[in-house]
Amino acid sequence: MSTVTLPDPDRVVLARRNEVVKQLKKLAPQAVLIADLEGRRTFECDALAAYRRLPLAVVLPASTEEVSAILRFCYENHVKVVPRGAGTSLCGGATPLEDSIVLCLSRMNKVLEIDAANRVARVEAGSTNIAITQARPAKGFFYAPDPSSQVACTVGGNIATNSGGAHCLKYGVTVNNLLAVRMVMMDGEIVDLGGSYLDAPNYDFLPLITGSEGQLGVVTEASVRLLAAPKRAPVLIGFDSAQAAASCVAAIIASGIVPVAIEFMDRPAIHVCEHFVPAGYPLDAEAALIVEVEGSEDEIEYLLEKIEDIAQDYNPISARRSQSAEESALIWKGRKAAFGAIGQISDYMCMDGVIPLSALPAALEGVSLICRKYRFDVANIFHAGDGNLHPLILYDANDPGQLERVELCGAEILKLCVELGGCLTGEHGVGIEKRELMYEQFTDEDIDQQVRIKEELDPAWLLNPGKVFPILGRDALKLTIDLTRLDAGPDGAPPQGELVDEGAYIEGEETL
Amino acid sequence: MTAHMRLGFQAPETEEELSQLVVEAAEARTPLEIMGKGTKRELGHAVRAGAIVSTENMKGITLYEPTELVMVAKAGTPIAEIEAALAENDQELACEPVDIAPVLGYGPGDGTVGGLVATNISGSRRILKGAVRDHVLGIRAVNGRGEIIKSGGRVMKNVTGYDLARTLVGSWGTLAVMSEVALKVLPVQRESRTLVFFGLTDFAAVEALCLAMGTPYEVSGTLHLHAELAARVTDEELAGNGAAVTAIRVESFPASARYRTSRLREALLAYGPQLELDSDRSRVFWRDVQSLKMFQDVKYPLWRVSTVPSRAATLIGNLARKIDVRVAYDWSGGLVWIETPALADAAAVEIRRQLAEFGGHATLIRADSTIRNGTNVFQPLEPPHDALAAKLKHAFDPLGLFNPGRLYRDR
Repeated sequence: MSTVTLPDPDRVVLARRNEVVKQLKKLAPQAVLIADLEGRRTFECDALAAYRRLPLAVVLPASTEEVSAILRFCYENHVKVVPRGAGTSLCGGATPLEDSIVLCLSRMNKVLEIDAANRVARVEAGSTNIAITQARPAKGFFYAPDPSSQVACTVGGNIATNSGGAHCLKYGVTVNNLLAVRMVMMDGEIVDLGGSYLDAPNYDFLPLITGSEGQLGVVTEASVRLLAAPKRAPVLIGFDSAQAAASCVAAIIASGIVPVAIEFMDRPAIHVCEHFVPAGYPLDAEAALIVEVEGSEDEIEYLLEKIEDIAQDYNPISARRSQSAEESALIWKGRKAAFGAIGQISDYMCMDGVIPLSALPAALEGVSLICRKYRFDVANIFHAGDGNLHPLILYDANDPGQLERVELCGAEILKLCVELGGCLTGEHGVGIEKRELMYEQFTDEDIDQQVRIKEELDPAWLLNPGKVFPILGRDALKLTIDLTRLDAGPDGAPPQGELVDEGAYIEGEETL
Repeated sequence: MTAHMRLGFQAPETEEELSQLVVEAAEARTPLEIMGKGTKRELGHAVRAGAIVSTENMKGITLYEPTELVMVAKAGTPIAEIEAALAENDQELACEPVDIAPVLGYGPGDGTVGGLVATNISGSRRILKGAVRDHVLGIRAVNGRGEIIKSGGRVMKNVTGYDLARTLVGSWGTLAVMSEVALKVLPVQRESRTLVFFGLTDFAAVEALCLAMGTPYEVSGTLHLHAELAARVTDEELAGNGAAVTAIRVESFPASARYRTSRLREALLAYGPQLELDSDRSRVFWRDVQSLKMFQDVKYPLWRVSTVPSRAATLIGNLARKIDVRVAYDWSGGLVWIETPALADAAAVEIRRQLAEFGGHATLIRADSTIRNGTNVFQPLEPPHDALAAKLKHAFDPLGLFNPGRLYRDR
C-alpha cells in the first residue's frame, strides 16, 4: 500500500484503445507509435519508479505539426495526454494513466539555431539540457541551468519543472533563462510566446508555462539565453559538524560574495560519492561544502581566499582548492553522480524542499530527527546557497510497508520545510508525489486560483491530469501511520533516538 | 443583497479591507482603477472606473533578511524607502528598475514597490541580473472575486504549483491587486567602472556592445546615446563632447573591475580611443540612465521598444528615413528608447510597422492624452495571444473589475 492514489481510468476510452492507436498512426505518419505491451512497459513510469501504469499507447512525434494533430485528436476524442521528455522526473510528473497516451518528445531533439550575436539558442523540446552547451556553434557559451540529470533530461522537461541545478545560485533557474517557447495547446492550436528579445509585451506567459508540469500546453521548441563561459574553480571544505557547514553557507552569502554554486554534502553522501568517484572528498568530515567561483585566475584566487577566510570561523578540518580544470571536473563529477551512487547501494526517496537560509541548521536537525523517528538512514546532498534541500531517505523497496513509511517520512520533512518558511519543492515539481501536500502550503483560495487557470486553458483536464493538484481533499494525507509500529524495528529493538512530537521544532511564520 | 460600493478614492490599510472593497465592487459591478501612488497614471489609457483603489496606505517593509538576500514589503511601500533600507546594508534591487516617475512629472523614488512589480520596467543591469520579474519571489494579492491569494514565497527556488507571482509581474493591475511582494535583493558591487567611446555610428556602437556582451567579463551596462541625448547627462565631459556616447559598464570588486575593463579595452580597440570613468563618475552616469535624465526636461513623445539586439540599428535606420528620432540604445540594442516629434500618433504606426519586421514590442511611455487616446499605448496583440490574454484575465478577474481599458480599450 502507498499513499498516492491515481485516478480511475475511463472505461469507455480503454475500450476504444485499438481505434485510438489506428487514428494516431494515420494522423502522425512520421511519428514512432508504440502500442505493444513490451514497448509500453518502457514508459510505464518515470524516475519515481514506485508508481506504474500502462498507457494506451506511446507516441514519439517528429514535428510540432504532428504534436498539434495528435493533441487535436485527443481533444476531440477525450483522450488524456501525458507529456514526457526523458522521464527523469523524481515526482511522477510523467507517470502515465491507463486511459492516457504518453506523448514523448525525445525524438524532437535538434538544436535548431545558435545566434551568437544575440546569445540565443533555439532548440527542440526533446534536446537534452547538455546538448545546448555542447552544440558546436555555441563554443565559448553555456546554458546556465544544470540539473544533475543534464546529460539525459530534456529542455521540455526542464521547462515543465522549472529546473535549477548547482549553478542557479548565480544564474537563476529555467524561467530566468528562457526567452521563448513554441507551444501546442490541448485543442491543437500552435502558439509562439516570446522571441529573441527580452520581456513580454503584455501578460507574461513564460513564467506561467514554466513549472506548470505539462498541464497547460505541450512545449515543442524553446529559445534560451546563452552566456559567455568564464573560468571556474571550486574549493572543497570539510567541517566536523553539519551545523558548522550550514552556518558557513550563511556567512558566505552575508559577506556580499555570491558564488556560482554552494553545494552541501553530509557524511553519508561524502562516503558514497567518494566510493563511486574517487574525487578526494574529505572522508573524516561530518559535512563538506563545494564552493565555486568564476573569473580570471587572479579573481578566482582572490574570491576563494576570501571564502576560505570566512570558513576559518567555523573550524574547517580541511580545505582543498582545485588546482586544475581536471581536478574541478573530478570534484563535480562526484557531486553530479551522487544520486546514481546512492542508488547503487539502496533504494531512496529524494526530497526537494526549500527553506530560508537562516533556517538551514534547524532544518538539518529536523530532517535527522524525522528520519530517526521513521527508522531510515538519510544522506543529505543539496544546493545550500539557495536553501534547496535534497534529503535522500534510504529504504528497501522490496520490504512491504517501507514505501508507505518512507512517503510519510518524506511528507513530514516537507511539512517542516513549509513550517520553517519554505516550500514543498524547489526544482523537482509536485507531480503525483507531493500533490496531496499542497494544502500544507496553500489555502483553498490559492489553489482555486491556479485551478481556474488550468480550466481556462484545458477545460476538460486532458493534459497531464492527476498531477499537481490535490484530488483527495484537504484531510487526505493526515499522518495516519500507527506510531506504535515504528517503536520496534524488524529485530524487535527499539528505534534509535527519541520520538519527536510533531511541531516541536517549528517556528512557523506566515509572512508569505 | 444590496451592495453599497464606496465610490471615490479608497486607500485601504490592510489586505482584509482591500479584499472587502473588492467584494463590494464585485457585488455592485463597479469597475476599479488600481494604483499605488499614481505616478504612472499618465502611462497607458485612461481607465473607465467608478472608484479608485490605491495601495499607498498598505506600506512598510515586513521582512528584510540581508543575509538571505530577501526583502518582503507591502505593495504601497515607496521605492525610495526600499532603496534606503537596502543601501544601509550595501544591497540593492539588482534589476536596476527604471525610475519612470521623473519623465512623467513626479519626484524620483515616488513610485511604490507594487507599481514597480506591476509594470516590470527593468533598467540597464537587466542584461546581467535579470528583470524585475526575475527578482520577484512571491506575491500576495486580492483577485477579482475579492479573495486573498498568494503564490511563491520568500525562498529562492519554488516550483510548488503554478507561478502566479511572476505571472502577475507586468500585468499593470489588470489581473489582481497586489498587497505584498517578496523580492530577491543582491549586494552592491564595490566598484563600478565604465568604458566610454565617442562618436560611433549606431551600427558600430551596437556591434561593439554585442561584442562586449559576448565576453565573460560580466558586463552590466551597454548603452549608446545619440549626441543630442548625450548632451543632457550630468557628467560635463560626456555632455560637452558634442558626440554620441557609447558606454560599457563593469561592476565587481575593485581589482576585478579594473582587470575586466582593461580586457574589454583590448577587445574593443578597433572602436577607437576610450575614456574610462571611475566609480563615482560611473555611478552618476548610470543613475542618469536609470531615471531617464536625458528625457526629463524635454517633453516629446517617448517610446520604449524591446527588440532583437543585433538588428536594432537597422530598425532605427529604417525609422530615421521617415521621421526625426533621437535614440538611446540600452541592453546592447535590445532596449531602444525613442524620442519622436509631437506627431498626431507619436509615430505609432511607423514604429509598429517597422517593428513587425524585426520582432519585439513597443510601448508609448509618454505622450499627451490626446495622442494616447488615439493610439495603442501598449503593443497590440496577435489573435492567438489576445485569446490567451483574455483567458488569463478571466481566470483572475472574471467580472473585468480591475483597470478596464488600461492596457487595451476593449478589455
